[in-house]
Amino acid sequence: MSTTTKTPVVAVETPFRRFVSEFAASKIAMVALAVFVFIALIAIFAPWIAPQNPYDLAVLDIMDGRLEPGAIGGGGYVHWLGTDDQGRDMLSGIMYGLRISLLVGCGSALLACLFGATMGMIAAYAGGKTDSSIMRVVDLQLSFPAILAALMILAFLGKGIMNVVIAIIIVEWAYYARTVRGSALVERNREYMEAARCLALPPRIALFNHLLPNCLPPLIVVGTMQIARAIALEATLSFLGLGVPITEPSLGLLIANGFEYMLSGKYWISFYPGIALLVTIVSINLVGDHLRDVLNPRLKK
Amino acid sequence: MQSGFVLVAMSLLVFLGVYAVGDPIEILISPDADQEEKERAIRALGLDLPLWQQYLVFVSRALQGDLGRSFVFNEPAIQLILQRMPATLELAFGSMIIAIIIGLPLGLYAGLKPDTVASKTIMASSILGFSLPTFWVGLMLIMVFAVQLGWLPSTGRGDTAVLFGIPWSFLTPDGLSHILMPAFNLALFKISLVIRLTRAGVRETMLMDYVKFARAKGLSPTRVTFVHVFKNILIPVVTVLGLELGGTIAFSVVTETVFAWPGMGKLIIDSINVLDRPVIVAYLLMIVVMFIVINLIVDIVYTLLDPRVRLETKGT
Repeated sequence: MSTTTKTPVVAVETPFRRFVSEFAASKIAMVALAVFVFIALIAIFAPWIAPQNPYDLAVLDIMDGRLEPGAIGGGGYVHWLGTDDQGRDMLSGIMYGLRISLLVGCGSALLACLFGATMGMIAAYAGGKTDSSIMRVVDLQLSFPAILAALMILAFLGKGIMNVVIAIIIVEWAYYARTVRGSALVERNREYMEAARCLALPPRIALFNHLLPNCLPPLIVVGTMQIARAIALEATLSFLGLGVPITEPSLGLLIANGFEYMLSGKYWISFYPGIALLVTIVSINLVGDHLRDVLNPRLKK
Repeated sequence: MQSGFVLVAMSLLVFLGVYAVGDPIEILISPDADQEEKERAIRALGLDLPLWQQYLVFVSRALQGDLGRSFVFNEPAIQLILQRMPATLELAFGSMIIAIIIGLPLGLYAGLKPDTVASKTIMASSILGFSLPTFWVGLMLIMVFAVQLGWLPSTGRGDTAVLFGIPWSFLTPDGLSHILMPAFNLALFKISLVIRLTRAGVRETMLMDYVKFARAKGLSPTRVTFVHVFKNILIPVVTVLGLELGGTIAFSVVTETVFAWPGMGKLIIDSINVLDRPVIVAYLLMIVVMFIVINLIVDIVYTLLDPRVRLETKGT
């Protein structure tokens, strides 16, 4: 009886639904998204699913050091991916490392996005001298390689997770600023912005409530790509010994730790964290690549 | 004008940044020195002056080529860097050459036959080249070619031969085998870049009227490809590669650390780790100068390669 009372579901094509169905059209992107969600879940639930707490020195046994993948250590469980020189289970180390890598990557990308988007909107909205001076800084920043700028900042600030985040924000905000300014310059002259001006809305509301939502699509694409870049940058900096502290290893630091053992053929200490890093970055990039195709109206057939 | 402004701004930033880090006195003087000794040292180093005067002293010395002495090596910082520069430049140019040798033919093929399986594979792997973390690929190269197969040496420069008073690795067979892996590693990103640029360029020029005309004249496809198409796609490729040179030198920091290549990048990482401040400052300033010079050269070369740019600037 209940079925008759149900109103037939009419597929109303909202922009969001259209976006979802267009995104789902690409199998590769869907697989990549699934992989990324899986990785994110591992990172979030690492303390509950990892066989060992790799930061708890009490459970580490130096006698279990450098065990091969699949060996059974003193703890009585199988080290599926082997152990490192301090007897740390690599699988657990990778799970916890993912946490830090993702946290630093997503956190810094988000903060850089906030700052960069604000600057970009101010530049487009204010125009004139404000615009040209902000864009001058952006150009300068973009002409300088990210790795060098980050190196410079960390040389001044010293190691530490917060400092890495700050370095990545300073390196990356310019990309967001340029992207947002580009679309904000177009949107600024639309009717709804004129209406906002006629209503004498304060600039803050006009910018954030009306202008920003319409600049979002390109921002999302750049943001996705920049998360991948931020994760790679953090890993590189940590590998160079300038990133996260040794007590809380991210994937990059795990790889660096295994470097010296690689020459004696103990490949797994570096190899598996590298694979985890690789899968993370590639899956984010594939999602971002497809998002760009979906969100860019010019590429539509 | 713009570059001069950049240089001043950067020197100020570097200077302030380094001075914000901490008190050099605490590192330089033993902790049991008394107050009077400390004050004498502060005066000798010019640290009692106000900040703007210290900056002026720093700049006037820098203009004379004196960027301070390394705390660790007790040698002028600039000399240390210049000694390591050939190794880095060699690596950077080696990677450029590899990028062109591998990237151009692959891009050309992918552009001429875009629908074949091989082309799609090339394009898919070029995405990998963009997203793979360079240092990890370097480690894997060492693992496969140095540890497992034992074909190539994993670290160092190998034998060098002297040319113009500077030791170079690429002049000896042993040095060449040492440079191959790091240069390829450094080239990965640029190979992908060249492939994409070449492919896009080929697909664009193939539709041009002059290519159609050349075909209609009955010229052989090889001649059309290599004379008419190839020449025109070289301009963007050369420009982008030139602009990438600075980035390559900067990124060699990572490759040099992986392969223990004794260049500037290895020096700066070591210096940061032991807080050898004069070397850090000198390196950063050198890199900024290098960037400005490279941008200038690329601009000039671009006008030489492409007559249209020259005409445009004259017209306005």
